[in-house]
Amino acid sequence: MRCVWMVCVLCLAPAVAAILCKPDVTDGYKVRLSIKTALGDDAYEWSKSELFLFRAVLAFAVQRKTNNVNYDVSNILVCDETERVSFWFVVTTPDNTSELLPKLVVENAIRENRHRINSAFLLTDQTLDFVGINPTLAAPIEYDTPPWLIVFGVVMGVVCAGIVALLVSTFLQKKRAKKPSADPVDDEDGSGSIAGNGILCESIGDKDGTYNQGFTDDDRFTKL
Amino acid sequence: MPNPGLDQRVLSHAQLEKLEVEEAGERPKWDNKAQYMLTCVGFCVGLGNVWRFPYLCQSHGGGAFMIPFLILLVLEGIPLLHLEFAIGQRLRRGSIGVWSSINPYMLGVGIASMCVSLLVSLYYNTIIAWVLWYFFNSFQEPLPWSQCPVNVNRTGLEWECESSSPVDYFWYRNTLNITSAIDEPGGLQWWMVLCLISAWAVLYVCCIRGIETTGKAVYVTSTLPYVVLTIFLIRGLTLKGSISGIKFLFTPDLDELSNPATWLDAGAQVFYSFSLAFGGLISFSSYNSVHNNCEQDAVIISIINAFTSIFAATVIYTIIGFRATQRYDDCLAGNILTLINMFDLPEKSIDDSNYASSLSHLNSTYPAIISNLQLKTCNLNTFLTEGVEGTGLAFIVFTEAITKMPLAPLWSVLFFIMLFCLGLSSMFGNIEGVLVPLQDLKVFPKSWSKEAISGVTCLVCCCIGLIFVQGSGNYWLALFDSFAGSIPLLITGFCEMVGVVYVYGIDRFNEDLKFMIGHKPNIFWQSTWRVISPLIMLVIFLFYFATTISKELFYISWDPESVTFPTLKQKPYPVWIYIIIFLLAGVPSLAVPGAALFRAIWKRYC
Repeated sequence: MRCVWMVCVLCLAPAVAAILCKPDVTDGYKVRLSIKTALGDDAYEWSKSELFLFRAVLAFAVQRKTNNVNYDVSNILVCDETERVSFWFVVTTPDNTSELLPKLVVENAIRENRHRINSAFLLTDQTLDFVGINPTLAAPIEYDTPPWLIVFGVVMGVVCAGIVALLVSTFLQKKRAKKPSADPVDDEDGSGSIAGNGILCESIGDKDGTYNQGFTDDDRFTKL
Repeated sequence: MPNPGLDQRVLSHAQLEKLEVEEAGERPKWDNKAQYMLTCVGFCVGLGNVWRFPYLCQSHGGGAFMIPFLILLVLEGIPLLHLEFAIGQRLRRGSIGVWSSINPYMLGVGIASMCVSLLVSLYYNTIIAWVLWYFFNSFQEPLPWSQCPVNVNRTGLEWECESSSPVDYFWYRNTLNITSAIDEPGGLQWWMVLCLISAWAVLYVCCIRGIETTGKAVYVTSTLPYVVLTIFLIRGLTLKGSISGIKFLFTPDLDELSNPATWLDAGAQVFYSFSLAFGGLISFSSYNSVHNNCEQDAVIISIINAFTSIFAATVIYTIIGFRATQRYDDCLAGNILTLINMFDLPEKSIDDSNYASSLSHLNSTYPAIISNLQLKTCNLNTFLTEGVEGTGLAFIVFTEAITKMPLAPLWSVLFFIMLFCLGLSSMFGNIEGVLVPLQDLKVFPKSWSKEAISGVTCLVCCCIGLIFVQGSGNYWLALFDSFAGSIPLLITGFCEMVGVVYVYGIDRFNEDLKFMIGHKPNIFWQSTWRVISPLIMLVIFLFYFATTISKELFYISWDPESVTFPTLKQKPYPVWIYIIIFLLAGVPSLAVPGAALFRAIWKRYC
């Protein structure tokens, strides 16, 4: 009687296992791997050993999450493998192999160990796709001072230094030009205060935007 | 036309010779010919060569566009350029001085030039401020416009960015912080105010003493763009898809030649590209020696301008081709992934070559599933024609292409330095067209030094330019660009030609040229100055005027709340904007007859 019962259990076990893992199961996830997209020419072939590694890594992740409750590779059941390299998996509890670990626990286990799982397969969040588990976003890079302010500061510093230098050099030039004003230099100072007929040349020149240089030129040769 | 008193207003040939020999004038001079040529090239070659010409070329029949462009260059651009150079060199005044010398009633032409130069300077330097902002932001890896920022809860990406794209988001939100309509000012954006101040500061340091400092600055600002364009050409040609971009640009479609819009756009592009009628070229040319060969200069600068336009278009389109190919490949890869995920097919079973056949096979077997997948249509031509004009080209399309290149920050820095130099060298001419008339009109007291005058002008322009750095600033800029820099220039250009040929007198002008360069201008110049060029200008003006007046005026806005987001939404202008439009286009244009009328009345009653 006992032998018959054991035979029945043994026959039923794979059937039970088969029922536990099926596509669209509530407590399981679909996984898709895009190995050729990620690795190109260095891509490895998907094989039984790779699947074994997957189950092992997942067991590791779940064990880590549940505070070192002893999970084994046999607790990870896989089904519906396709040529895509996609399959479904479920996680059974170690004490009772017909009970599945809740979806949320599995999800959190995968999220916390995502990087380790990815690295085991040399893949990324996009190429090792757990359908339904979106990758957590990387923290945005925070700068103390935004880099653009630094470049702005440098550019403005150079420009202001340039402005100051040019203004100072103009000021010094003017100072130097004022110094020899003590010498009476009549013949070079032709355009200043020439008068003809009692009318200043400049006032004639400024009407209607014209400037007739005829007068100034003449004075150079007819020194009175 | 009778023109009494012309001889009293203008220096005679003998006086010019004396001036030349004795160097008795107080007028500034170029240190050498190279400075003058580089300054003129820099003024003519600007942002329009990089982001307007390639778009026109591609949208008007590619290689076929060269035909109207080159024809109108020869018939319109070169004669006008020669005219401006010659009249500046002969009369040795800035734009106001030249026109009031020719005839006091023509003072309005000079005032119109000054007004246009001022209005254009205001918004052009804002574009340079934008370029500086992107330049400052290029010194980080990854570039800030390569990825969307995370939203406040850290649960996902920022919605506005996710629905459009990271480059769109960076441009419209991080740079402009744009409001959704022109009547929502949105307040001043402090980071853009800083960039605007730095743009005006750099301009000030280069123009502080007039051409003395500008002449030194152009050694860098006029040559650097060519160096960068060459580097980009080499880089671009080594990228995948660049050849498809060039093919797309230059494939001729001769049917476009029968479309009048093609000729119109070509004529307008030649005219605006040469920065004619701003007054800056007249000013620059007046600092030359009297016997400088302005005919040769005009031809050389025209050839350089045309060459630069074509060269820049080639470079831009290698990069556009690369970007379009990347987008196409991504689109296709996305579709293929969807298909193999849905049908659990092995990877690489569908690739680019058999995509079409596999899709049709799957569609015949499972039509319902395929239609539910909502696969995107991937068309390379669509990607090639996307948003490739104006600020959209530089700040959206090109920046996106740069993020896909290796060593992206380096290319970004180079690109924005190039745009900065192109814009700055054009600003030199614009500012010259403002400063010299202000001095001629004696707005500033005589005791003020050059530094003070240019400083005050830059400060005032910077303050007025704050309109363009508020939330709605981009809409204002587009407004100014469409109306301040178009119709008044056409009117001024036409009046310039008529003024020199008929008021100053073409015979006198010919004599002047014979005196200056040694031979009388030949039949080509005579025919273009007298008839052909003014006619072309008139036709372009009439068409432009007619199309602007007849259509209702819209602007496109970035409105996250609109249904069609992220496509830009067309909105009509509010009524009070029409007053502004009238002021922008009307005041400079009406200054031409207005000044003449004012003078006539003043003379009669005073």
